[in-house]
Amino acid sequence: MPFMSAYPTVRVSLLFLAIAIGCAFFADLSITAANPWKDLGNFFLGLVTPDFFSYQGLATALLRTVAFAFVGVALGSVFGFLLALAFKWTAVRVFCSVIRSVHELFWALIFLQFFGFHPLTGVLAIAIPYCGIFAKVYSEILDEVDPEPSRALPRGTGVVSSYLYARIPQCWEQIKTYTAYRLECGLRSSAVLGFVGLPTLGFYLESSFAQGLYSEAGAMLILFYLLIATIPLWLRRQTLPFYLAAAPFCLGDGFPIVWGNVSRFFTEDIIPAPLRQGDGWAGLADWFADIAVTEALPGIWNTLLLTQMALVLTGLITLLVFPLISRQFGNRPTRVGGHVFLVILRSTPEYMLAYILLQIWGPSMLPAVVALALHNGGIIGHLVGRQSSSIGLRPDAARGLSRYGFEIVPRVYRSFLALLFYRWEIIMRETAILGILGIHTLGFFVDSAIQNIQFDRALILIGVTALLNIGIDKLSRFIRGRLALQTLPTC
Amino acid sequence: MSVIELSNLSASFGGRRVLGPLSLTVADGERVALVGRSGAGKSTLLKLAWQQCGSDIALVPQDLGLVPALPVFHNVYMGRLNQRSSWYNALSLVRPFKKDRAEVCEVLQALAISDKQWVPLASLSGGQRQRVAIGRAIYQGASALIADEPVSALDGPMANRVMELLSERFRSALIALHDVDLALRYCNRIVGISDGVIALDEPSNRLSTADILPLY
Repeated sequence: MPFMSAYPTVRVSLLFLAIAIGCAFFADLSITAANPWKDLGNFFLGLVTPDFFSYQGLATALLRTVAFAFVGVALGSVFGFLLALAFKWTAVRVFCSVIRSVHELFWALIFLQFFGFHPLTGVLAIAIPYCGIFAKVYSEILDEVDPEPSRALPRGTGVVSSYLYARIPQCWEQIKTYTAYRLECGLRSSAVLGFVGLPTLGFYLESSFAQGLYSEAGAMLILFYLLIATIPLWLRRQTLPFYLAAAPFCLGDGFPIVWGNVSRFFTEDIIPAPLRQGDGWAGLADWFADIAVTEALPGIWNTLLLTQMALVLTGLITLLVFPLISRQFGNRPTRVGGHVFLVILRSTPEYMLAYILLQIWGPSMLPAVVALALHNGGIIGHLVGRQSSSIGLRPDAARGLSRYGFEIVPRVYRSFLALLFYRWEIIMRETAILGILGIHTLGFFVDSAIQNIQFDRALILIGVTALLNIGIDKLSRFIRGRLALQTLPTC
Repeated sequence: MSVIELSNLSASFGGRRVLGPLSLTVADGERVALVGRSGAGKSTLLKLAWQQCGSDIALVPQDLGLVPALPVFHNVYMGRLNQRSSWYNALSLVRPFKKDRAEVCEVLQALAISDKQWVPLASLSGGQRQRVAIGRAIYQGASALIADEPVSALDGPMANRVMELLSERFRSALIALHDVDLALRYCNRIVGISDGVIALDEPSNRLSTADILPLY
């Protein structure tokens, strides 16, 4: 391709493709289950024969899922907004990037150690990382506001009044849209928290799967899709205050906090073992070396392998699925079908999808790659498809595959790449966490350390994961900057 | 006593000097019209003047600096944000106080747009928006005004009415005007800018339209 390779975007794409193919040689992508297709068939059978009445706790599980999402996202958005106002300070920016680089499930695993199964664990696990994300996005939105009105204010106007009148009204709609979008993400996060034992949907889904009750699991998934798809119907300006007031009372009681555990966690559990046992600095160095060689490095290696493969497969799936909803292709019924398909892809949390595929195909990197690619491909495919619909083509433009290749893809390719690189960091955060399911990424080693009651090790590994995320975020920014790619914060 | 005092001012844009060096003083009670071709540096001069002047001064920038998402009332009310506490301002955003409503209404009446008080700004025409920005400056109650083409979108009678109002409400002013007749009628001093420097500076009563036209 002597002509295409002249484009930097194409060269970068080919480089990433080559890296992903290279990664595939090192990764374990086998299907180990004895009857993978039979199990997959049973699962789909369960989806089409959902059993809504076998389990009485279903309504409670849904209620808890919604309640945790509301309280967590509300707290995150309030504190995120306050931090956004102070975002010009480096300390605040670093703080926010650290708290958002640690995944909700890792926060949950940390809080479980000292708050136990108290509602606070789930609420904080959502609120803290969301706060970091809100702070960043809100500050970006506020920065893009037209500065003229605040310049025209009379001298001596206070900061609060100036924000209230000259800045916030200008971006209020955007803030609302983004917060509502985040609430949808919060519902997914809340559902997934069940996988570590909180009383949300994931908990019941896992137990249904473990018992092979596919119709029960199918019912849960269908209800979850309905819940997300109907957000515009039940989330209204008039009903929001009611939900916010009611949510804290719907979290359930859990178990009371044992304060002795809290103080022990901070004064003993997280102190590195050699220091606790009086082995001195030499012992500490050995301890660090041991973590690095046996856990951190293999974890980083596997996380990177999986991330790069998932990133490229996400891109390929995006390019395959976006025409399903684009006005440039098909007709009305096919586009409606496409929308339903993409809603299902993006509403299924990747963790849940990976769990399902892992149950069906057996443990390897394959279920994780496919789950990450399907979920993220669904999200980016939706955005790219929507953008491609607004392209005005000349009346005699080519149709079908030629239209796809010559007219549409070249026009959307830059924003497609921008979105893909924007989600790179998100894919990596998710990749690390999938380790909890048994794939040897960083999350696997964090989870094992916690199982072995080695919280000092777990915290070090969570810190390594956070640094890796921040590094990928920087690299992604650098590449987007070099290729002059721009994204909107709402993706 | 001077309201605006600029000495040896200069400004460059992209390495090219667009203004100055020039010095300009506006004394208390003086209403100065800035005239000159577009691109001569009037807007730059006004921006710098606004940055350097004191607090008892109101501004009508060229792009008006209005908040489209808020109704007319709040856009005018913004002129006195600095005179109230943050709490008072926050409450007014949700539910304005009666006293303020009456005062803002009085300003809007003088500008003949009192029927638009609760209309979202986005639904107003260009001329109506311009009057809202002027309303904000008047409501501020300052003694001096800096304005950049404040009546450019108004028709003849309305432009005269608004200029009349501005001379009533502000003791001193520095106003960029491209309408030479308005400048002569409502200002007592004319400063002509050409290629970023002062090319003319005379009291209005010593000038006629013909004296100013060579600047254009």
